Amino acid sequence: MSAATDSLTVDQVTVGQALPPLSCDVTATTIVLGALAARDWRPMHHDHDFAVNRNGTRDIFMNTPNQAAWFERYLTDWSGPKGRLGRMTFRMKGSVFPGDTMVLAGTVTEVGTDGAGCGWATVDVELTVGGDIKTTCSARLALPMTDDDNPWTRTGDQWQP
Amino acid sequence: MTATDLPTDVEALIGVGQYEQDGEFPVERGYIWTSCASVENGNPLFWDDDLAAKLTGGPIAMPTMLSLWFRPHHWAPGRTEQALPLQVHFDLKERFDLPEAVMTDNTIVFYEPVRPGDRLRTRQVLQSVSAPKTTKLGTGRFWVIDVEYRNQDGELVGIESYTGFGYRRGAS
Repeated sequence: MSAATDSLTVDQVTVGQALPPLSCDVTATTIVLGALAARDWRPMHHDHDFAVNRNGTRDIFMNTPNQAAWFERYLTDWSGPKGRLGRMTFRMKGSVFPGDTMVLAGTVTEVGTDGAGCGWATVDVELTVGGDIKTTCSARLALPMTDDDNPWTRTGDQWQP
Repeated sequence: MTATDLPTDVEALIGVGQYEQDGEFPVERGYIWTSCASVENGNPLFWDDDLAAKLTGGPIAMPTMLSLWFRPHHWAPGRTEQALPLQVHFDLKERFDLPEAVMTDNTIVFYEPVRPGDRLRTRQVLQSVSAPKTTKLGTGRFWVIDVEYRNQDGELVGIESYTGFGYRRGAS
């Protein structure tokens, strides 16, 4: 197996395991690029004047789909390319603005195998700024059972996200 | 609450697909790469075609891009108006005369991978509406709306589930 396909297997994961944190210095470019990449043209994500004077926020702020993309990147940085997202649940508690340093930090809360023989890890991730929780995400991520397994081959009844 | 506590016209909508809609354009790789770049996602599945062929049978989109394919162009020739995303949510606000609303939870479940060239289709399904409840925001109702996404072969590619709370401020 090439280095590019190296992925965690489910037996390498334990409940309580902490994922390495990811820190990002957020700029206006981060916010605008993320919004436009997600085809979100709403002005509060690119127009400072609109965000401040119409929305009453302190600046433009990161949109939800881009936050989802950050969570996905964080999880698959950890799992490797065979890690396959099954489910994500978000709860938004606050906004992320230019000038913030956002930190994503996750902990494994469940590890198991479903009835179809697919390995799964549940990871709870917090997106924080200065220690304040801005968004929480609980993700269910399929992981290979062995080096020869590949969750992406599962379809129909064999895929139970 | 039991379903019979709901007005019959609302009860009749539960489990029924509404606002079926085709995406305005096929899934394309430029947006996949731009989305990866926006979060510095170096997952080789999205950058290495040989690896994608080996693991996923060819290139795929980042799963979390699901709703992106239904956001309309900022402008399109001849366009007059279109259904709002989550139109069912706005319908319920109007039906129950609840001027305010918040989304409390958002869950996305991923099924078949989305691939470049796919033409996706979506519909909204009301799953449940609660009895009237009072929270610190006001009095209103919670509802759960699923947005289903399928590809051109009818395969389910994902479901976004939104929990909304429509309410009237200060009511008790």
